[in-house]
Amino acid sequence: MKERIIGLVLAITALAALLALALITFFIFQAGLPLIAKVGLPGFLFNTTWNPTAKEPSFGILPMIVGSLWVTLGAMVIGVPLGLAVTIFLVDLAPERVSAFMRPAVQLLAGIPSVVYGFIGLTLLAPLVRNTLGGPGLSVLTGAIVLGIMILPTIISISEDAIRSVPPALRQGALALGATRWQVIKDIVIPAARSGIIASIVLGMGRALGETMAVIMMIGNSLQLPTSVLDSATTLTSNIGLEMAYASGAHRQALFATGIVLFIIIMVLNGTTTALVRRGLVRR
Amino acid sequence: MCAAGVILLVLAACGDSGSATRHINVSGSTSVSPFAEHLAELYQKQHAGKSINVQSLGSSAGIQAAAEGVAEIGMSSRELKTEEAERLEQRIIARDGLAIIVHPNNPIQNLTQAQVQNLFSGNIANWKDVGGNDHRITLVVREAGSGTFSAFEELMMKGIPNAPSALRQGSNGAIRQVVAEDPNAIGYISIGIVDKTVKALSIDGAQPSIENVRNDTYRFARNFLFVWPKGKQLNPLAQDYVDYVMSDEGQDELERLGLVRVK
Repeated sequence: MKERIIGLVLAITALAALLALALITFFIFQAGLPLIAKVGLPGFLFNTTWNPTAKEPSFGILPMIVGSLWVTLGAMVIGVPLGLAVTIFLVDLAPERVSAFMRPAVQLLAGIPSVVYGFIGLTLLAPLVRNTLGGPGLSVLTGAIVLGIMILPTIISISEDAIRSVPPALRQGALALGATRWQVIKDIVIPAARSGIIASIVLGMGRALGETMAVIMMIGNSLQLPTSVLDSATTLTSNIGLEMAYASGAHRQALFATGIVLFIIIMVLNGTTTALVRRGLVRR
Repeated sequence: MCAAGVILLVLAACGDSGSATRHINVSGSTSVSPFAEHLAELYQKQHAGKSINVQSLGSSAGIQAAAEGVAEIGMSSRELKTEEAERLEQRIIARDGLAIIVHPNNPIQNLTQAQVQNLFSGNIANWKDVGGNDHRITLVVREAGSGTFSAFEELMMKGIPNAPSALRQGSNGAIRQVVAEDPNAIGYISIGIVDKTVKALSIDGAQPSIENVRNDTYRFARNFLFVWPKGKQLNPLAQDYVDYVMSDEGQDELERLGLVRVK
């Protein structure tokens, strides 16, 4: 009897999460679709001019889509190699004393509020980029570097789990056959942990794509199509965050419509990972 | 003993004001709201039991709310359109000047309005074309929808769109910070929050200062308005609040916060 009550309570709790997801989806689409219907999907996605409050308003979000892609890609280029290097070091190479100190330190990175990352990017990194490399300093590069650091805890903790769960027999077998430590890591451990590592990268990508506050502070939010990493840009999230406070009417609808695009991108991203991971598991 | 006394006092205060209006809504412009809110707080401190609810919805929404009676008072940071002015009483409560700011090390002192338009529309991209050093110009503007953005578009740009390369910041303070750090930047903020970290340029020879806005030498200023339906008596609390805002105390407070007083 008690078992059944607890089971029921847990089931209801799980449904509440689903319900929240359903409601969020419903309201974003309800608030945003009318605008997409009015300006047309190609006009919304591929127009490069965003001027929502002009007498003849224009609602093109291509600069933001491109901005999101650049910033996210840049964060991956910086965060993934760094994260995987740290993970391999932690699991396979670091003495126990060092990893006992490093692991909590990495997790601490996840606890720093994003506004603090943004502030550091704005006050330290942006002037550095401006003075050494040129451009306005508030740029795709600045945002990508800081986001690359922000996604480290996600990548490291999940890929570490994956690498640790590789059966010891695999390593021992390879070592017994005379492989060097690096060969074991490169040819045995990483391929065996592949699905977990991919999952960690995609979750990191989702984090980079969704970050708003830090990005608003660091990338300058200009509405151009960036042509260099030193250019300022706007992402889908940062534009919503920047403009929502004052938006009304069609402008507000356009921001919700931006949310729909973001929603679909994240869904596709998650779907792809799930598929990749599943295929990886089957093939092995 | 002491606590009982306080309770008695509170009860007395409530009983006293029971007959009069106790609550009004003031809604509209996001630029005016912070000031109206601040004065509402001061007013409520002096008048226990009265509540003034300031809602920041944008000028158009506030004008509409006042016209329809949803709010007792509407706030606007733009001029009323002809058909709105026919239906609504308006009171200018203060004026707000827009200053064009650059980094303190920038040698430029003055720009013409035409130069400002060419700078912000992207036609001029290098400081040497307006008599400065040979550096790329970094534009810093507000985001669409903000009152400061629309004031700049109306007063200075006359509808010419900003260059897409302009950096956008979410507040006057953020623009000031970016301009203070970037030697090549130019932006615009309320005169009231210009400080030593940036340099305010004179436009067509007129220095942006509170005096020059008051005597109309510096033309880039907008009125902050309170509006309510014509021919309708404001209720006592709303009238008292408007009187407070227009009083010496209210005007002093607005001036302290960086606006230009009208009385």
